[in-house]
Amino acid sequence: MNKYITAYYDDEEDLLRGLKQIKAKGIEVADVLTPFPVHGLDKALGMSRSKLTRVAFAGGAVGAIIGFGFQAWVFTQAYPLNFGGKPFFAVPSFIPVTFEMAVLFAAFSMVFAFLISNKIGPGAKTVIHDERITDDRFLLVVNVQDEENAHTIEAVLNDAGAHGITLIKKN
Amino acid sequence: MENLTFILKKKTVTIFLVMIAVGVLSLAYGFLGGVEVKRVAANLLLNNYYFLSLGLIGLFFVTVHTIAESGWQTSVQRVGEAMSAYIPVGGGLLLLFFVLGGLHSIYPWTHSDHLDAILLKKVAYLNVPFFYVRLLVFIGVWSLLAHYVRKASVNLDLHGDMKYFNKMRTLSAIFIVTYAVTSVVSSWDWLMSLDPHWFSTLYGWYIFSSMLASGFAMLILVIYVLKRMGYLSHVNDEHMHDLGKYLFGFSIFWAYLWFSQYMLIWYANIPEETIYYLERHKYFTNIFYVNLILNFVIPFFLLMTRKSKRVFTVLVPVSVIVIIGHWVDLYMAIMPGAVGGEASGIGIVEIGLTIGYLGIFGLVTFWSLTKAPLAPKNHPYYKESMDYHTHY
Repeated sequence: MNKYITAYYDDEEDLLRGLKQIKAKGIEVADVLTPFPVHGLDKALGMSRSKLTRVAFAGGAVGAIIGFGFQAWVFTQAYPLNFGGKPFFAVPSFIPVTFEMAVLFAAFSMVFAFLISNKIGPGAKTVIHDERITDDRFLLVVNVQDEENAHTIEAVLNDAGAHGITLIKKN
Repeated sequence: MENLTFILKKKTVTIFLVMIAVGVLSLAYGFLGGVEVKRVAANLLLNNYYFLSLGLIGLFFVTVHTIAESGWQTSVQRVGEAMSAYIPVGGGLLLLFFVLGGLHSIYPWTHSDHLDAILLKKVAYLNVPFFYVRLLVFIGVWSLLAHYVRKASVNLDLHGDMKYFNKMRTLSAIFIVTYAVTSVVSSWDWLMSLDPHWFSTLYGWYIFSSMLASGFAMLILVIYVLKRMGYLSHVNDEHMHDLGKYLFGFSIFWAYLWFSQYMLIWYANIPEETIYYLERHKYFTNIFYVNLILNFVIPFFLLMTRKSKRVFTVLVPVSVIVIIGHWVDLYMAIMPGAVGGEASGIGIVEIGLTIGYLGIFGLVTFWSLTKAPLAPKNHPYYKESMDYHTHY
């Protein structure tokens, strides 16, 4: 059984202040859902930098190798054609396609890595805790290990100025 | 606490003077030691052009950010302005070089008594009087604008009056528009006309991209040196990160233009166009590839990560490599046309003269830095620059 507490703030400054208080009490905030990017939130949550750039590099490298390799194979092995007396293995003419393939693969790998790591995208199940998190509300989520703890967490959240504190149990 | 006024120490001046002396000695060696006159002249042209363009990029850096009304660059603006102080000096040296026989010794189209059919068609543009008119206009306009932009910037800091900021913006707009044209036309005049039969419509921007990359590398190096001396404590990782991004981006941009020019000529395979690359590839094979490695492969892979742009241990070596790389790039642009494959090489004249010009450039830049506080605290965007954060 998955249990967690949700609570919301109406203002991002209050949210950042509240987060500090909650962290000081030793309670781990699992996630914060906001209608827009809040500066300094990543730091306040103690999140590390996104690894998306590494995925992009890997994707780009794979794309470049595939692009170059495929052209090299087609123009020397599979279907050699003479273009204006150029050699079959004509590296300069491979570069534009190699470049485009690197960009394409980097872009696609980033999009899919982003969707997968955030569990969003077509067909994904989404839970909307509060309609207004897409408008003007900041929702924070705290995971609960055992129910004994829930009351202390709720008290801390209340002290930190959060509203609408609810315990959610899901199977 | 903060060192706002730059003081030029005697030791620094001595270092620059020694470098200039090395330059003068190698120039004397060039003339007396049996080196071909053409080769010495071509080297003078190379260094004149290279350091003048570094100064111009200093001004370009200041002006382009002023009209874009960006804020982050305010912290390093003085360094760009100081580099632009070299423009009148470098322009004067270039003019001196052309007047004292440089023009006649390496530009084939100046020999007006034996021109071939192709060059006769180009006489309306490529003739000595018109060349000097253009030269004087370019250097004059650049020097004046550099002077007035600098003056407005210093006044802005002194009086904090928005009048000077608006003035700076107007002057910057004038400079950007004129520089867009003059940077391209000057590269035709001073570099492309060394091979007067050959032409490329991309040439001007290709040279400009080379100047941009090396200019930002020099900007980073000057900031690093100043920081090592204990100045510019207000310049933080965020500002270096952005300069690093410029260096990274323009290195890729240079490679893109280099390749665009190369591939079209390679693919079309028209003899009068391919001769340009044929000469370069035949006589300068190693330099031809080293050029691409220094200017593209190394900065591309080393500056790719976020961290490498934020630490001097990576940024400074890459900047040095890029500065050497674009010197090599200019060498490839000038030497085959001006000197020819057999007579040129890299020896005392090449290295000594470059050290000499670096000395002049450094002396002018550092002298200019002493003239105004290093942090323009009354600039309207100074606070923005201090609060600046680069996220990616």
